Formats: sequence, C-alpha cells, structure tokens
Amino acid sequence: MYLNQFLLLAAVLFCMGVYGVLSRKNGVLVLMSVELMLNAVNINLIAFGAFHDTVIGQVFTLFVIAVAAAEVGVGLAIVLVIFRNRASIDLDKVDLMKG
Amino acid sequence: MPTLSLLAVTAPGDVGPPPAAGILGYAWLIPLIPAISFVIILFFGKKLPKKGSEVGILALLASFALAAVMALDWIGREGPRHAVHEHVTWFELGGTDIGAGIHVDGLTVMMLVVVTFISLMVHVYSTGYMHGDRRFTYFFAALSLFTAAMLTLVVADNTLQLMIGWELVGLCSFMLIGHWWEEGANSSAAIKAFITTRVGDVGLMLGIILLFFAAGRSFDIANLNFLALTGGIEQGLLFAGGALLFLGVMGKSAQFPLHVWLPDAMAGPTPVSALIHAATMVVAGVYLVARLYGVFWTGFDIEAGGINPVALIGGITVIIAALLAFVQDDVKKVLAYSTVSQLGYMVMALGVGAWTAAVFHLFTHAFFKANLFLGSGSLIHAVHSNNMSDMGGMRRHMPTTFWTFIVGSIALAGIPPLAGFWSKDEILNGAYADGYPLFLAVGLVGAFMTAAYMTRACYLIFAGEYRGHGHPHESPPSMVWPLRILAGLSIVVGLLNAPGIARFTDWVAFEVEGAPHFLHHHDFNIGLAALSTIVALAGVGAAAGYYLRGAFKGLTAKSGLFATGHKVLVNKYYLDALFVDGIVRAIQYPVAKAAYWVNQRVLDGAVNAVGKGAQGAAHVTYDYIDQMLIDGAVNGAGMSAGESGESLRHTQTGRVQQYAAYLFGASALAALILVIVT
Amino acid sequence: MVAQNVVFGVLAFVMIAAGFRVVTTKNVVRAALYLAVVLAGAAGQFLLLAAEFVGVVQILVYIGAIVVLLLFGVMLTRAPIGRDADVDNDQRWLGALVALLLFAALGAVLIDAWGSDEIVFARVQQVGEVSDAIFGPYLIPFEAASILLLSALVGAVAIARRD
Repeated sequence: MYLNQFLLLAAVLFCMGVYGVLSRKNGVLVLMSVELMLNAVNINLIAFGAFHDTVIGQVFTLFVIAVAAAEVGVGLAIVLVIFRNRASIDLDKVDLMKG
Repeated sequence: MPTLSLLAVTAPGDVGPPPAAGILGYAWLIPLIPAISFVIILFFGKKLPKKGSEVGILALLASFALAAVMALDWIGREGPRHAVHEHVTWFELGGTDIGAGIHVDGLTVMMLVVVTFISLMVHVYSTGYMHGDRRFTYFFAALSLFTAAMLTLVVADNTLQLMIGWELVGLCSFMLIGHWWEEGANSSAAIKAFITTRVGDVGLMLGIILLFFAAGRSFDIANLNFLALTGGIEQGLLFAGGALLFLGVMGKSAQFPLHVWLPDAMAGPTPVSALIHAATMVVAGVYLVARLYGVFWTGFDIEAGGINPVALIGGITVIIAALLAFVQDDVKKVLAYSTVSQLGYMVMALGVGAWTAAVFHLFTHAFFKANLFLGSGSLIHAVHSNNMSDMGGMRRHMPTTFWTFIVGSIALAGIPPLAGFWSKDEILNGAYADGYPLFLAVGLVGAFMTAAYMTRACYLIFAGEYRGHGHPHESPPSMVWPLRILAGLSIVVGLLNAPGIARFTDWVAFEVEGAPHFLHHHDFNIGLAALSTIVALAGVGAAAGYYLRGAFKGLTAKSGLFATGHKVLVNKYYLDALFVDGIVRAIQYPVAKAAYWVNQRVLDGAVNAVGKGAQGAAHVTYDYIDQMLIDGAVNGAGMSAGESGESLRHTQTGRVQQYAAYLFGASALAALILVIVT
Repeated sequence: MVAQNVVFGVLAFVMIAAGFRVVTTKNVVRAALYLAVVLAGAAGQFLLLAAEFVGVVQILVYIGAIVVLLLFGVMLTRAPIGRDADVDNDQRWLGALVALLLFAALGAVLIDAWGSDEIVFARVQQVGEVSDAIFGPYLIPFEAASILLLSALVGAVAIARRD
C-alpha cells in the first residue's frame, strides 16, 4: 500500500470539509463538515504512524477524537443557544458584527 | 622716512637732555576742568543758587590759575625751552597710533592764558548781561563746553585731536549764536555760520588725511613739522595739504570769501561774540597755521617772498572787511568786520613769514577786541538796540563804558604805546623785511582804514546828543569790571614784546626739535614804526574831519563811482546773493527735482511694485495653491479615506463563514504559490 | 497485497461519495447519516492500517456519541425533516474554488514529497504499546485532555442552560 493513497484520501476529505464549512448555512451542518476535516486529519496521523513504525500516530489520534467530541458538545450548545435566541440557526442571519 | 620720538631727544645741536616736564605735564587738566564744569552745570545747574554761573566761573578761575602758573614756569625756564610732550594711546589701528596728548610750548602756553582769561572775563560779564535770560544755565553750560573744546584744540599734539576740538567749537558756536533761536533770524545766522565753516572743514579734513599719509601714517604734529622742514615730505604734497588745510582756516577764521558768516553771527548774545567771534574761536584757524607752520613754510615757499596764497587771501580780507566796516549801522557789525580785517592781518602775517608777529597780534587782539565787544554789549544793554543811530552822546550816560571803549579803539587803531601798535607794527616789519612789499602796502592801507572806521564808530556812539528813547545808564559792576580789566590790559600787554622791556619773541617761538631754525627776527624798525603811527593818525584825522568838519561830505551824491562803491559795500559785495542764489539754488533745484523724481518713480515705483507683486502672489496662493492644491489634497485625503472605508465596509458582513472563506482561500493561495515557487 | 488495496479502494470510494453527499445534500438528517458512513469508512481504514484500537474507539465515540449528538442538535433546532431548499449560502462557488485550490496545493505537495513511499509493516503495533505510551511519556497530554473534556462538559452545560 502506498502511503500517498491514504494521504490523498485524507486530502480529499479535508477539502470537502472545507467546502462544507464555507458553504453550509445550517450551523449543525457546519459542525458536521468540521468533523469531516478532523477525520481526514486522523487518517493522516494513523497513516504516518504506520509508515514510520511509531505508536505516536495512534496516541495523537485518540486525543484528536477526544477533543473533537468536546468540541462538538460545546458547538452544539452554542448552536442551541443561538436557536433559542433567534428561532433559527441560519448562519447568514448571525451578522451582528456587520460593519 | 625717519619718525621722531620726542620723549628721547637725540637731535643735533641740542645741549643735554631736556628738563623734566614738571607742571607743564599737567596741561591736560586745563581743558578737563571746564569739561567737568560743563557736565555739572548741565545736570545740576538749575538747582544751584546762581543757576550754574558760579560753577563756570570757579572752573575758569582754576583753569586760568593753572595756565598762568604754567606760563610763568615756561617763561622762567633757563636755556633752550623744549616742548613738553605727553601722549596717551587710545588704540592702535594697523600701525597707526590713535590717542590724545598734549604738546606744550610757548604758543600753547600763550593760547591757554588767552583763552582761559578771556573766557573768565566773559563768564563774569555774562552773569550781568544774561541776567534773567530764559536759558541762563544752558548758556553757561555751553560756554564751559566751548572753553573745554578750545583748550583741547590748543593743547593738541595730533591733528585728529585738533580736529575734534575744531568741530566741537564749531558746534558750540552754532549753539550759542542761536541762543535765542525763537527769532528766525538768529537760527538762520547759526545755520549760516555752521554751514559756511563746514564748507571749509571739508578742506580741513582732506588736508589732515593727505598729510597723514604724506607723513607716513602719522597724525603727530611735531612729527609732521619735522618731516616738512627736513625734506621728509615733498613740496608738492605739502602745498596740496597746506592748501586744503587753508580752506578750513578760511572757513573758521572768516577769510574772504568764507567770511560771510561772521557778521551774521552777531545775532548771538554779545558775550558770545566777544568770546567766540573775536578772541578765541575765530583765531583757531590762525592757530592751526601757526602750529603746522612747517607745512606752510615749506609748502608755500614763504621764504621766497613776493606773493603766496596765504598772504594774498589775508591781504584781500584785510581790505574788503575794512571797507565794509564803514557802511555799517550796527555797532556789533562794525566790530565783526573789524575782526575779520584783523584776522586777515594775522593770516597775512603768517603768509609773509612773520610768525611771531602774527601770534603776538592774535594775543593782543584778543584783549582789545574782547574789550570792545563787551563794551558794545554794555551799550546795547543800556540802549536796547544794536544800532549806532539809536545811540549818540553816550559819554555822558555811560562814562566807564566810554573810556574803556575809547582805549580799546585806540589799541585797535595801532597807536603807540597801546597794544595794537606793537603787534601790527611787527607785522608790517616782517612784511617789509622778508620781501613782501605789496603786503606792506596792504597793511598800511588797512591800518589807515582801521583807525578811520573806529573813529567813525566812536563818534557816532559817544559824541553829539542821545538819539534814542529811554534813559540809558551805566551797566552793573559784573559787566563793568571786565571792561576795566580788559582796557587796562589793552594798554600794557603790548609791551610784552617791546624792545628792552620784555621778550615775547623768545618765549613764543616756532621750534621744531631737530629741524633748522628758519624764522627771522627783525630788530625794531623805528622808521617803519613812525610811518605806521602817522598812517593811523591820518586815519583818525580823516574820519574826524568828515564828522566834525564835514570833509568829504556828499561824495556819494556827487560821484557816480563812489555811489556805486557805496552800493556794493552796502550789499556786502553781493557775496550772499552769489552764494545763495548762484551756488546753492543752482544745485538745490535740479538736485531736489531729481531726488523727487527718483522718489516718486523709482522708490515709490519699487515699493508699489513690491506691494502689487505681493498682492498678486497672495491671490495666486489663495486661489490656486490653497483652494485647489492644498484643500484639494486635504479634502481628497479625507474623501479617499471615507470612500475606501465605505467600500471596505462591505467585507465586514458579520458572517463568519465569509471570513473563513477568505482565510482558507488566502492560505490555500499562499500554499499554492509556495509550492509553485519552491 | 492485492486484497488490502481492493479493500482500501472500496472504502475510499464509499467515503468520498458519502463525504461529498455530506456537504451537498439538502436534507440535514441525511447529511448526518452520510457522515456516519464516512466515519465508519474511516474506522475501516484504521483497521487496514493495523490500528484496531483507534478504529474501535472511532466507532464507539465518533459514530456512537458524536453523530448522535449531531442528530440531537438537528432535532432540537427544529431542522425540517426532509428536504430543505435553503441549506447552502451564497458563497458556494467561492468555497468550491477554495477547496479545489487547497486540494491542488495539497495534492502537489503530497505527490511531490511521498510520491512512491510504501507502507511496510515490519511488525504490528500492539495496543499495549499504545497504552504504555499514553500512560508513560504522554501522560500530561492525557491529563490535559481529561481536563479539557471536563471543561467542555461544564461549558456546554453553562452555555446551554436555560435560566
């Protein structure tokens, strides 16, 4: 197996995640796209770990998963609050910082 | 060119070292005391009980006492008398020494005595004459200043100091002539005096400068004389320098044609006329020639005899002034023209080489002329008019004035044994013996005329009946005593040079250290003395005949020549017209016109152009630079800031995803570029 | 070797397709479910790379917790069940461009750097090694992660609290 195939797969997933982050209006969908990106990173880490025969790839992936979970929790909490305040989670309407 | 150090004498022909300076080294005190008194009177005079006159009199007493002591010291010296020379250097400029100093010899000592004494007499006289005057204190202050300046001139050892004294006495003369300047005639006379002497002063200054360079950059008088007499300066330069100096002499000592100011100067108070315009200031010119005689002797080649410019001018002055004295009604004007004539005598004497005669005449003339002026002042004070036509028969009303005036007149006329005879005779003697026969004749004619016009004046004033109004009475003692003293001196002072009695010639001699002695001293010529006496008596007789017996009467009516002559005399030879209309107006109008044109066109034009230019520049600056450029820039800056802000505002959508898009996009781009580049 | 490559290929295809659907579908719930597919595919990749512990943890945590959480969020925010036309915003094309650019950059770098490197399993990493690493040299990150989780928990509660 080539290293590059994993890396390129990760790259694709990452870019799709970027697209999602940038173009989704729904806050929850944005969070989902962020999860896509994080998964791409995880694949990268594991692939390199296997390539270099080191265990740190896996260790770090575990940490990433933990952090992702925490992040989703907090993110959803924020989305909920937004929904509670504005009765909508349309991110286009969250422009109070508009200049 | 050797310059001489006079403090260490190494001149040939001398016997031993010179004696110590002694009291004569303090001669600088004599000008200093009146100068201090001037300052005191100026600042404190008004508060003093006698309004400053006491300060002036005291100062002059002190100065006179000092001068007398110095004179006695000088006369009492044994052996050859050497001049005392003290010098203080103020600063040095490129090798030239500028400073003040004293040069005391016989001439100096004589002048000191004369100036201080006459000034003292005038001070005392003025306390009576100027009593109650509106500017009494300033008068005395000016008198003190004048005396100080004249004394500075007299003791000067360098031409620069001499010139300072010269100018200062000119200034004092101006101030004092115009003492009653509220009347226009007085201030005009003061200005005339000042300007006329100024014209001469141009020559003086140029002469001093020329001689300065000719003497190898030195102002020292003794040095100048030494160089002139020993051939250190070539004769052409000496002639030029002497001629220029003589211009100054003509102005100050009222020689023809610059004599016109002196009669007009009689507008000043009589004490001023006595002091300044008879005895002291006007003789400054004569003194200058006497002091720098080496220059004149060599420059004009006086030894040669015949004719030279100095004697010629002097001679002309003698005659024309004497003629003018005949047609005056104002007693002071008679005396003024008489002074001019006598000054002519002195200059003529110097011109013929009779140095001692000229100096002695200066000496005696001071006494009797001052006496005459003060006497005329006494008359004017009593009669309240200057004109002899308002007088007459004064011998009864003012006896003391009468006899002092008569004594003075006799002395002036040159009748022995009074003072004028001895001095005038010596001049004639010198002219005769030194080969100037023309000037001998001039002198004799002058003597005749002097006697005649003085007799005329005396007759008109004292004889007959009083023609005026009011009740004249004798003057107060403050005025009468100076008259008495001066009259007494007029009698005896001539004897100072009488043979067998005293040797003025020995005391006052022209000596230059190291230079050959060139002046000739002539023995008393009894024949010439008798001739001059006869001539003088003839003059008296002619005038007496005219007035008492009516001789020559009606001459102007009968003869056209005499009538024209009379008219010319009355108009003072039309000299005033020549000066004012001829010379002054000819220069004044074109120059004034040109100056006006320059002012209007050039100067005002320049100023206006500058103003217009400034205005135009201001307009341009405002309209273009300020409004368009600068305001445009400023507004533009503001507008661009605002507009760019407006446009950039749209990037701030407040939408996070857009920010994220930009972020990712930029980093992607950067990464791509990095990848491509590397 | 061939089997692994085949498995990889299948998994990769599925993952990419699902991932694509995640970011383009207009149905929010379906997006969550597609995400679950992607995550499952990722777990399969981990297994391929002999990281079985991480793969299992991925399924447990990611799919079991996170996706559920996301579905909760969807429901709590009253997302329309079914098709919702208005899900993408205006900058779709900019986003696509950026994504493509990024992929181009990444791709170029990756191919350039590890063009023909192969993963060769000299030995298989044991789970025990992983735990040794976590509780050994990487203890502090482990503790930090714990605190992080704690603070996230507290924070989420604090944020979403109704008061």
